[in-house]
Amino acid sequence: MSAPYPDHPVPEPTPAPAASSAAATVPALALRGLAKRFGQKIAVNGISLDVPAGSFYGVVGPNGAGKTTTLSMATGLLRPDHGTAFVHGVDVWAQPLEAKKLMGILPDGVRLFDRLSGEQLVSYSGLLRGMDRAVVESRVRELLGALDLARDAGTLVVDYSAGMRKKIALASALIHAPRLLVLDEPFESVDPVSASNIRGILEQYVASGGTVIVSSHVMDLVQRMCDHVAVVAAGRVLAAGTVDEVRDGATLEERFVSLVGGGTRTEGLEWLRTF
Amino acid sequence: MVAHLLSLKWRLLLNGFRRSPWQIVGMALGAIYAAGMTLAGVAGLVALRWADPQIAQTAVVLGGVLLVAGWVLVPLVTSSADLTLDPGRFTTFAVPLRQLLPGLALAGLLGIPGIATLLVSLGTVVTWARGVVPLAGALIGALLGVLTCVVASKLVTTAVAGLLASRRFKDISSIIFFIPLVLAGPIVTGLIQGLNDSRDYLPGLARTMSWTPLGAAWSLGGDLDAGHVAAAGAKLLIAFASLAVLAGAWYLLLKRAMVTPPSTGGTSRKAGKAGLFGVFPGTPAGAVAARCLTYWLRDPRYAGSLVVVPLLPILFFFAGSQSGSYELLIAVAPVTAFLMAWSISADVSYDNTAFALHLAAGVQGKDDRLGRALACLTIALPLVFVFTVGSAAVSGKWDWLPNILGCSLGALFTGLGLASVVSARWTSAVPAPGESPFKKPPGNTAQTMVVQFAGMGAMAVLLIPEIALVVAQAVTGRELFGWTALAVGPLLGGALFVAGVRLGGAWLDRRGPEMFAQLADNR
Repeated sequence: MSAPYPDHPVPEPTPAPAASSAAATVPALALRGLAKRFGQKIAVNGISLDVPAGSFYGVVGPNGAGKTTTLSMATGLLRPDHGTAFVHGVDVWAQPLEAKKLMGILPDGVRLFDRLSGEQLVSYSGLLRGMDRAVVESRVRELLGALDLARDAGTLVVDYSAGMRKKIALASALIHAPRLLVLDEPFESVDPVSASNIRGILEQYVASGGTVIVSSHVMDLVQRMCDHVAVVAAGRVLAAGTVDEVRDGATLEERFVSLVGGGTRTEGLEWLRTF
Repeated sequence: MVAHLLSLKWRLLLNGFRRSPWQIVGMALGAIYAAGMTLAGVAGLVALRWADPQIAQTAVVLGGVLLVAGWVLVPLVTSSADLTLDPGRFTTFAVPLRQLLPGLALAGLLGIPGIATLLVSLGTVVTWARGVVPLAGALIGALLGVLTCVVASKLVTTAVAGLLASRRFKDISSIIFFIPLVLAGPIVTGLIQGLNDSRDYLPGLARTMSWTPLGAAWSLGGDLDAGHVAAAGAKLLIAFASLAVLAGAWYLLLKRAMVTPPSTGGTSRKAGKAGLFGVFPGTPAGAVAARCLTYWLRDPRYAGSLVVVPLLPILFFFAGSQSGSYELLIAVAPVTAFLMAWSISADVSYDNTAFALHLAAGVQGKDDRLGRALACLTIALPLVFVFTVGSAAVSGKWDWLPNILGCSLGALFTGLGLASVVSARWTSAVPAPGESPFKKPPGNTAQTMVVQFAGMGAMAVLLIPEIALVVAQAVTGRELFGWTALAVGPLLGGALFVAGVRLGGAWLDRRGPEMFAQLADNR
């Protein structure tokens, strides 16, 4: 895969993923040569990736690797300089409304409409998507129950803890029963009980045919939870495939460190051992 | 340590500018305003040099008392204490409190309000430059007074830090603060009248105040000039002692605050309250309207402007009572319509990055626009009717009723249409969600001003037909023009409203991600 920026402005050709002739093999999410530059800084430098339908896909990378930028471009929040993304074969940037119906997203670092109560926020997310009010009401009840938020359903989101906010945002992303879930750092600042609660829901969702893509920098979690993984650093994909392929006998963490490089220098800092 | 903290504060100030050159422009405007106020204050104090000593003493002491009170009260009511050097941020550095304290106090002076206070206080030295002894006394007094201001302010903000951090207090205090701000005119007039009535009483008040911690420091120069050396000595002691007590109390509170950070607890409430979402239709536009109206009632940034609305008739009524004629009162309905409609011109900016939900859900631009306008209409339409009929009744100008109603409805719908276009394309620098409506917003202040001015200009052009009909009736006195306005206003306004929602919606559909990127930048 060629990087668009060193030899720009030639964008990579963006063939659409296999069309209806092989419907079973159309990936749930296909990224084609995504690239984005902020001023002088190249955040994403030509990322192409296939997320197979029905997979639990982890995207790992160091801070500043371009994970959030990539996922924002894949979900229609940030317009790419080059390339595009396909959700079940629908081009996110050519047919945004159709693509967004298939996706549920949990962006990282954005605010919520936090002057609404938890239940109002999730209902709002459903009604915005044009869902029927009765369906929204029953789904909100079930979601809040499953995420253990029923007790605080009437509390304003502004008074929620960080972990509760993640959970209510996840509920907002699930309300329309999407076929693909894109979650940016879903486990950040979530307590262990809630985290296993969320994991249970996601695993059930994948088991029934949904596709989940999560970004994280907790290698252990990704290794245990995901079946596929992509390692991203400096805006490029360094390795991608099933977890077993990528880790190649080692643990994912060891493989990650050897791929990304750095962080192995342990000499020096002698004064730290002399107290 | 003190030098460290001062240079840290200075660095923070400078780095703030590096985010955007427009921030320098905004800061420069604030500095020019402050410089003007400071210059006026200093000039007044210099002029007092040649005034009668008793008048000078009264003015200096009472002014000083107000200054101290201001430093204590303003951070309380605006909940916008300067937290760039929040003591909480130093907890992990194990800085000895004895060194942290003077550093924080002096750093508190580094900033526009601090520098202005210092300069004005030094102005009192000129007032008492009537001999070496009064001059020295005034200088010591000024320095003590400024320190009292800063330390008292820090003490109060530390003491109520928990309260200030609580959302409910913030919400309420920032809304209540709107009231004196809007009614500043009548309040100042009333105060001046009151002062005129009690002019003989002021020197006595100043004398009493000069024996209290609030005024002691400011009275040193005057007392020495009058030869009251013993009194001056006693007041010097009072000023020193109160500064010491304030600093001691601050020390103790800070010591406690460093180990027990304020916590904000909320009570949990059960499900079952759909609120306004149960009232509006269950469509995307209806949901947006329900959400926006909820915000109008719950978010102080919106609720603040709602508090202003009932105060408008009071303002107009007051102006009428001053001039003895209530005819101008009929302008209250069109003005309200205009203000309410224009208030949603920065609606997307108020959403901040929460707008991501609209983008992710694939809300169509026209539904987004329509919902926001409906929420505003729900409040504004009844208000406009009540104000139109009410103002006609009070002023007795029933012959103007059709014209004013038509003009108000025209202004309301035209304004909503225009605001729907403006807020779909340009972001404004507005306070972030959860922040005080008075907090200096981050981001592009200059673009905000340009957008606001250009928008108002466009509004004036679009309203030419309505304005022309008002002028026509005023000149000819024929009611026919009023009835014409009643037809033209709603028809023309309605058409512009539909066009605005369509155009704004199309723009938002096309540029949604770019709008979101701007919002994320402004954050």
